[in-house]
Order: sequence, then structure tokens, then C-alpha cells
Amino acid sequence: MEDTRISKSGSFFSPQQGALFAVLGIFIIYPFAANNYYIDVAFFFGTYALLGLSLNIVLGEVGLFDLGHAGFYAIGAYTTAILNTKFGIPILVLLPVSAISAALFAYLVCSPIIHLRGDYLCIVTIGMGEIVRLSLINNPFDLTGGPNGVFGIDFPSLGSFFVIDSSIEYYFFIWIVVGFSILSLIRLQNSRIGRAWNCIREDEVAANANGINVRHYKLLAFVLGAAMAGIAGNIYASKLMCVSPESFSFMESCLMFCIVLIGGMGSIPGVLIGAAVISLFPEIFRPFAMYRMLIFGTVMILMMMFRPGGVWPRRRGGI
Amino acid sequence: MAEADLRTTDRAILETRKLTKVFGGLTAVNNFDSQVREGEICSLIGPNGAGKTTVFNVVTGIYKPEGGSVLFNGKDITGQKPHQIVSRGIARTFQNIRLFSNMTCLENIMAGQHCRGSAGMWGSIFRTSRQKKEEQHIREVAESRIHQVGLWDSRHELAKNIAYGSQRMLEIARALATEPGLLALDEPSSGLNPSETEDLMIFLKSLAKENFSIFLIEHDMNVVMGISDWVIVMDEGARIAEGRPETVYNNPKVIEAYLGYDDQQGDGES
Amino acid sequence: MEIVLEQTINGLTIGSFYALIALGYSMVYGVLKLINFAHGDFFTLGSYLGYTVLVFGSAFLTAHCGLWGGIIVAMVIAAICLALVGITVERLAYRPIYPAGRLPAVVSALGASILLQNAIMVIWGPRYQAYPASVIPNIHIQLGDLHVTLLQIVILVFSFLLMGILYYIIQKTLFGSAIRAAALDRDTASLMGINFNKVIFFIFTLGPALGAITGVMVGMYYRQISFTMGWNYGLKAFTATILGGIGNLPGAMFGGLILGLLEMFGGVYISSSWKDVFVFLILILVLIFRPNGLFGEKLAEKV
Repeated sequence: MEDTRISKSGSFFSPQQGALFAVLGIFIIYPFAANNYYIDVAFFFGTYALLGLSLNIVLGEVGLFDLGHAGFYAIGAYTTAILNTKFGIPILVLLPVSAISAALFAYLVCSPIIHLRGDYLCIVTIGMGEIVRLSLINNPFDLTGGPNGVFGIDFPSLGSFFVIDSSIEYYFFIWIVVGFSILSLIRLQNSRIGRAWNCIREDEVAANANGINVRHYKLLAFVLGAAMAGIAGNIYASKLMCVSPESFSFMESCLMFCIVLIGGMGSIPGVLIGAAVISLFPEIFRPFAMYRMLIFGTVMILMMMFRPGGVWPRRRGGI
Repeated sequence: MAEADLRTTDRAILETRKLTKVFGGLTAVNNFDSQVREGEICSLIGPNGAGKTTVFNVVTGIYKPEGGSVLFNGKDITGQKPHQIVSRGIARTFQNIRLFSNMTCLENIMAGQHCRGSAGMWGSIFRTSRQKKEEQHIREVAESRIHQVGLWDSRHELAKNIAYGSQRMLEIARALATEPGLLALDEPSSGLNPSETEDLMIFLKSLAKENFSIFLIEHDMNVVMGISDWVIVMDEGARIAEGRPETVYNNPKVIEAYLGYDDQQGDGES
Repeated sequence: MEIVLEQTINGLTIGSFYALIALGYSMVYGVLKLINFAHGDFFTLGSYLGYTVLVFGSAFLTAHCGLWGGIIVAMVIAAICLALVGITVERLAYRPIYPAGRLPAVVSALGASILLQNAIMVIWGPRYQAYPASVIPNIHIQLGDLHVTLLQIVILVFSFLLMGILYYIIQKTLFGSAIRAAALDRDTASLMGINFNKVIFFIFTLGPALGAITGVMVGMYYRQISFTMGWNYGLKAFTATILGGIGNLPGAMFGGLILGLLEMFGGVYISSSWKDVFVFLILILVLIFRPNGLFGEKLAEKV
């Protein structure tokens, strides 16, 4: 009888599993081989990956045009910043708190507008993102520190033994979080919820007519996406030790949007590639600092011209 | 009416009472009374613009009526949301076929099972045993339905890539996956060739034997005559006739509605 | 009372800027269902071109055309250049992407916007530029307690004139009805023999040209211009488009005027730092209660 564990090539693992292990190996070895600067670059790659995955739920799975996602990111970051600097609450405790505050914000703010048609929703999300950013700048109740933001944020720690304060520790922290997110999202994709999301993206009317509560699932996508972005905000805030409104501008929302679209809508490997491109781009084009964004804009147009499905489009069928 | 005694069963699974739907200045459905009896195939016919699809849209919750009510299994479902009505047990297909184009045929049918499942985020992420059982069940139901409509070989094809006739059957299979009591099919034979239409008729009759009730909008008289137990005729938003297919077919009011009133016709007055 | 009147005039002035920019957005959006993110940057480019003409040509212009003549020359040059830029962007960045769908088009539009914005930065530098005082008429008018400038009056009159001309073209001419038809139902419009290419040509030359003229006016009104101003004006103008109802061109004009008034009165009576938040909140409220805009038509989707 054939031993089904042994693949055609006679090895223990399939080629895909082999590639996966190789990639994991590189991930683990990388920070020991690189200097702090490049470890930080990889950290921000992880942050963008987390943000891209969070937006992917809304934009990639459900197909909702969300160009204000930086707002949720900001809520998470500022929740951490304010509660930590004003009340001394530890960063790791604030991780779920930031997720919840961003999620709650998303729930409250999206409920009245979730029924809006695609392009109207797009403009409203842009408006929401701007409202968050402008509110942060205006320093209401002297909470947010105005344009300068909040500084003096702690490192994540469990007691005095386990402290995350070096580049390498942050690197593993973010990538472990990203890893869990990827596993959860893959499971969601192949579940009743993931199917419902994709049906809504394909045809809302048909989805409703087949028993899917479209409003509920759209809201769920926003809430989950916001929670993930809030977590990213928490980690970002403690890494940078300060937050300011300019990190949460429309440009950020735009970048996240591009990560999902350039990588491939609804495709998790695509989003990772998109995040890599977005975070590596400034590094590669550092010598051309002034022309960097010019080139970026051109690349966006060219990408859509030649590969509108993204670098690694979601593949369906043939299971 | 003596004819009523000839209806298949006594129990009405769907009933509309004085149903009225107005769009701006146009009254699309006007005090429409109707019944679909349990286990029967009831056809709704009438000229274009009579209001048939509007009736479907009100019954399935896409529109809210301005007046009247819809009862399903005796319970008032007027004004409920479409997905709630599906949970209650009414499933529909569309005149223009609305499939989930970029999903596979099997995934389309599994989508129908959505309202019969309950797995949430926790179960889905942590793959609890309950969720796994539910997924297994969903898959089994979908696979059995896709076998039933003869699309097993295309199950991993994207819905947009299969033939038109197959797409129609897929849409019906998806509706069946919602485990309905009543199937509301909007012109299912539209665009099918004669042999596909034959297959459809046989299939629908087999569903009625499975104890599904079917409410059918149709223009193809062969289908109407061939499989209906009861026919309701609409014109300009109102019911103008109903009865067994043969009776309705010869009813002068019905002929007039379809062909238009002809001054020079000497006979043919009811 | 005079303050209210002054603020009204201020509001209408800003509003007419938004209205003229909104027209460009509305035309493109109505016909192509594309949010032309680059439109705000057309406006910015026009402003910078006007600046360049007025600064580097000042000697020539003052000698031959006088103050107002110079301004008109600047506007004309900016308008012509932007008409060219507009149609070029359409050909290069949008036309190839239409077949790929709406989301790729949005990304491409964002890319075009980023490209233009940074091209402006590379050419003119990242710092603010300012329209020199010498080219701007500085005549003040006092009507009782009311204080306005000649510039304001001229801008208002000129803007309303432009809007009037556009309204006439769109509502009363045959070509205008072609644009409206295309904005409502593209496929049927082409079946009816409307030359789609002509419509596209029109909206991608006239829209940017209008934006350019508005840019020059903004430069003269506020004097300071920056390469990022397209973003803010563009967003507000698109808000005006939505307020007026998508595809509704006169609605976009009214939307712009209303928005300007809201912003001005919001800034005065609420707080100037929160006025943008106020404006966006109004947009969101309008969309919640009137999803098709203030003047838009509620179109039922055929199921």
C-alpha cells in the first residue's frame, strides 16, 4: 500500500511545505545576521503586514472600499499611548484594550453608514480617517498632545524579567503576532464566515437572498479589521515610544490600500508581498529621496496596467 | 369556486393578502390575493410588466409593501428582511441569474447552507469540534445537491465559467441548500434550449415529490402547462384569473391580457 | 449683521472654488464612475503655473497687458496646459485600466495623484510659494460697515459667470445632454450614437482647465500655495459632489457653495480648528439620511 506521507519526489515533505520551512528558517535566522537598522526595517515590514492583513478583511474579503483604515490604527496607538503615559497601565495589558477600543470605535462609527454604496462608503471612510486625524491634532480635553503627540511610552513587559526593548525582541514580537493572525485568517477564509464575506463581495443582493445577514457580516469585517489595526497601533506606539498624528494620515490609509491591491485582494501571501514592497520601497529608493514618491506613483499605475489582479492573486477552485 | 376543490392540498404554505406595492406614481402590485398550497407547483403568469417579479420581491423581503400582508406557514412575514425570510423557509432564484461568479460551484451551494449553520468567529478560528461537524455537514449537503443537479464534475469550476443552462441549475441547487419549504423560481427556463427545458421540468416535478412547494414565474407555456398544479394570472398588478392550467389557458380574459383586446373580435367574451 | 454678510461673501467665495473643482470631479465620476483623485492636483498644478507666469513674466505682462490682463494671461496659459495634462493623464493612466475594473482604476487614480503631487514638489520645491503682492489688486471697498475687497467681488462674479456658462452648456445644449446621458447610463448613451470619445475628451480637458483657472484664483485670494493643497481642496470638492448627488452636475455646483458657507460659518461660530471636522460630519450625516445626496435622485435597483 502506498505510504501517503511520502510525496512523488520521494521526500518526506511536499515542495510547498519545503518552501514554507525555508522561508520560516530565513525569518528566524535573519535578525541574527542583520544589524539593528535592518532588523527595524523588518519590524516595520511586520507592522505593514499586520495592517495589510487587517484591511484585507474589509477590502479583500468583503470588497468594501475602506480608505480610512489609518483611523483605526490611530485609535489603537493613541489608546495605548494615553492610557500608558497618563495611568501607567502596562503595554501588554493595553494590547487587547487597544484592540477593543478600535473595534468599538469601528462598531459605533460604521453602524450608521454600513449600508452605503461602494463609492459613497469610500468617501465616508476617507472623511472618518480625517476626522480622527484632525481630532488628534486639536488636542481635545488635553489628551492627545496636539500636533506633537504623546511621548514617553513604555516597553511591553511582564514583570521585570520579560521586557521587550531591543530591535530583535520587537522583531520576533511583531512577527509572532503576524503569524497568529495569518493562521486565524486562513481558518476564517475557509469557514462559514469567510464564505459569507466572499458572497457579499460577489453579489450583496444574492447574498441576502440566500440567508446571509449582509449588514451583520460587513460590520463584523470592519470590527475585526479595526481590532487588528488597533493591535498594530499598540505595538507601533511602544516601539516608537511616541505617537503623533502625522503617522496616521490619508497617505497611510492609501499605503494600506495599495498593499492589499498590489499584493492581491483577499490573498494572504499577496498581502505579505505587498507589505514587503511598501516597506522596502523607501529603503531601495533612499538615494533618490526626492523622486521616491514620484516613482511610487508611477509604479502604482504600471502595476494596475500590467497586473491588476495583484502580484499573488487569490486562487480559488481545484481544492 | 368548484375549481378550488381540485387543488392538490388544503394547506396554504404561502399566502398574500391584499398585497400592494407602489413605486412613485406606479402601482406595481394592486391588492393581490394569492395562495400557494403545500406540495404543489403553482405558476404565476402574465404579460410583461404585470408585476410578477415585484410580488416575488415583496414576498422575499427585498421590497416592503405599502399595504397588505404576506403569510408563510400561517405566520406574518411582511416587511421582514430577506435573510430572515430565508431562515423561515423561502428560497428564491433570479430572472437574471445571480451567482457568486468568482467562487466555485460547490462554494456557491455551501453559501446556501449559511443560514442553517451557526459557527461564529471563535469556532471558526479555533476549529472546535462543533464547528468541524457543522462544516462537514455543510459540505455533505452541498455535495449531495450538486450531485442532484448533475454538476458534480464542475464542482471546483468557478461559477462564471460553466454553461448557462448549468448556471440556472446551480442557482436552484443553491436555493435548495437553504433547506426551504417554498422555492420561488423567477423564469427558470429563460434562456434554456428545449432539451434543457425538458430536464428542468422533470427536475422540478421530482422536487415537488420531495415535498418542496414551488412558486414559479414563467413565460414558457409548455413549462406552465407541463408541470403546474395551479396557475395564477396577473395583469397590471392584479390577479385576473386562476385555476388548473387547462382552464386558465382557455380563459378569454387571459388571452386578452396577453394578446391585447381586439375590437373586431366578435366572439370570445366571457 | 455686516459680519453675517461678510462671512456669507467669504463663504460663497470659498464655495465657488469648491464648486468649480467639484464640477470637474462630478463630470468624471458621473461618466466613468471613477474618483479622479488626481483632479485636486490638476488644480494645484494650475495654481503653480499661474504663479510661474505671473512671477517670471511680470515685466512683460505689466508692460503689455496691465494688472488684470496679466491675470487673464496667466489663467489662459494655465488652463491650456492643464487641458493637455488632463487628457494625457486620461490616455496614459486611466484608459488602459478601464477594462480591469473599478478597484484597479482607483489605485491608478491614487498613483496619478501621488505622481502629479510629487512632480510639482520636484519642480517647484517643497516649500510654500506665494503669489507676489505686485500682481494682485489690493483695492478695498467699504459699503457702510461692510468691508470687502475688489478681488473678492471679481472672483465671485467671475466664478458665477463660469458656473453659469457651464450650467448653460450642460443643461441647454445638445452636447451637454450627451454628457448628462453618458453620466446616467453609459451603455445606452453609446447605443444612442453619443460619441463617447468626444465626451471623454471634453471632460478631461474642460474639467482640468476649470481646475487650473480656480487654482489661479485661489493663488490670488490666499497668496500662499503648496504642493499638498490639492488633497484638501480635492476632498472637499468631492464632498461637494456627493452632497449634490453623484452625476448631478448642477448639484455639484450647489454642493460646493453650500460647503463653502458651512465651512465659513462653522469656522466662525464653532471653532476654526474644528471646521474641517464639522464639514466632514455634515457630509456623513447627509449621506446617512439622504444617501443619494441633497439633490440626487433615488434610483431603485432593478432586481
